[in-house]
Amino acid sequence: MNEHSLWSIFINASLINNFVLAYFLGICPFLGVSAKRHTASRMGLAVTFVMLISSLSAYGIHSLLELINAPYLQLISFIVVIGSTVQVVEILIKKFSPVLFRNLGIFLPLITTNCAILAVALFQTNRDYNLIQSLVFAVGAGLGFTLALSLMAGLREKLALTDTPALVQGTAITLMIAGILSLTFMGFAGLGT
Amino acid sequence: MSDRDSQPSPTDDFIKGLWRENPVFVQVLGMCPTLAVSNSAINALAMGMATCFVLVMSSVLVSSLRRIIPPQVRIASYILIIATFVTVVDYLLQAISLPLHQALGAFVSLIVVNCIILGRAEAFASRNTVTRSLLDGAGMGLGFAFGLLCLGGVRELLGSGSLFGLMLLPHSFERWTVMLLPSGGFFTLGVWLLVINGFKRRGTRTREVSA
Repeated sequence: MNEHSLWSIFINASLINNFVLAYFLGICPFLGVSAKRHTASRMGLAVTFVMLISSLSAYGIHSLLELINAPYLQLISFIVVIGSTVQVVEILIKKFSPVLFRNLGIFLPLITTNCAILAVALFQTNRDYNLIQSLVFAVGAGLGFTLALSLMAGLREKLALTDTPALVQGTAITLMIAGILSLTFMGFAGLGT
Repeated sequence: MSDRDSQPSPTDDFIKGLWRENPVFVQVLGMCPTLAVSNSAINALAMGMATCFVLVMSSVLVSSLRRIIPPQVRIASYILIIATFVTVVDYLLQAISLPLHQALGAFVSLIVVNCIILGRAEAFASRNTVTRSLLDGAGMGLGFAFGLLCLGGVRELLGSGSLFGLMLLPHSFERWTVMLLPSGGFFTLGVWLLVINGFKRRGTRTREVSA
């Protein structure tokens, strides 16, 4: 398979190199919001949406900075654009779905500092993707993030009912589960070649 | 006890980041770089040092500008300050060691979105004097570097049998390849948290018994 074909970029971003389980990006919401399945999937979709928009703007910024020959401004302009995008999304969600807004709570503004979003912008620039490839990459990464978040939430709902020793409760057991999940995702590695 | 809480000593500002409020083990913040680059001790140390530098510099700048920055746009201003210093570190690392820069890849740029740095800027540097913020930043930064080193050391030792590239274990030792893979990062951090939890629980139990 051609390494830069759209399908391979999509599979690569969502399954083989899953952002959460292979690159450890977006771990904060992964550990924080993944307690309930409903919130997790909504959060995932919000992140996917922001990723798509910021990927689009990152592509524009990159071309512009190439034009005026100022690559050192790249990081600063990426983060500013992503920050403002999150603000817009926050206002929109608050307007259209106040329940969801309350559910997501503190994690919505935190999307700004979600590594996964900035990473999409950085990776697509590093790998010289064109516009279509960047967008496919962003959607793939977002869906992969949603998948990992929902899987984790399902597992944690089950975990809440089990009788675990007090010592491992909380983050420790969640990390162990994430490790096992990450091992299973390695099985997808064969898909790419 | 109560007046010590209201006016903590300068050493306390520094020490708390190292152990009691260690960003990696106690607050579990800034996980992305922690897990991704900690597959060898040298990578972990470089990443820890870079983060420490950004943390100290941005703490100082945020704290010295705290009366000028309007509260409505404070988060955006903090992020701008942090992004500036991260760009500096990125170019600095490229100048010092190109292989190291390539090994860390985009994760150096991702220091910008490390929750610890923004968290310290918001929770501490924006309310305290420059000296105290400097100490707090240095303590948290070193605590973070220490946490990364703990992870990286264990993963490199078990995964490739060496430490800082120095062969320590005999060749007959079966390498735990899983430690170098992403899942190894999750496992190692999980086990470290267990160990710390165990220590803390034993501490509270002895305190209860003696009281």
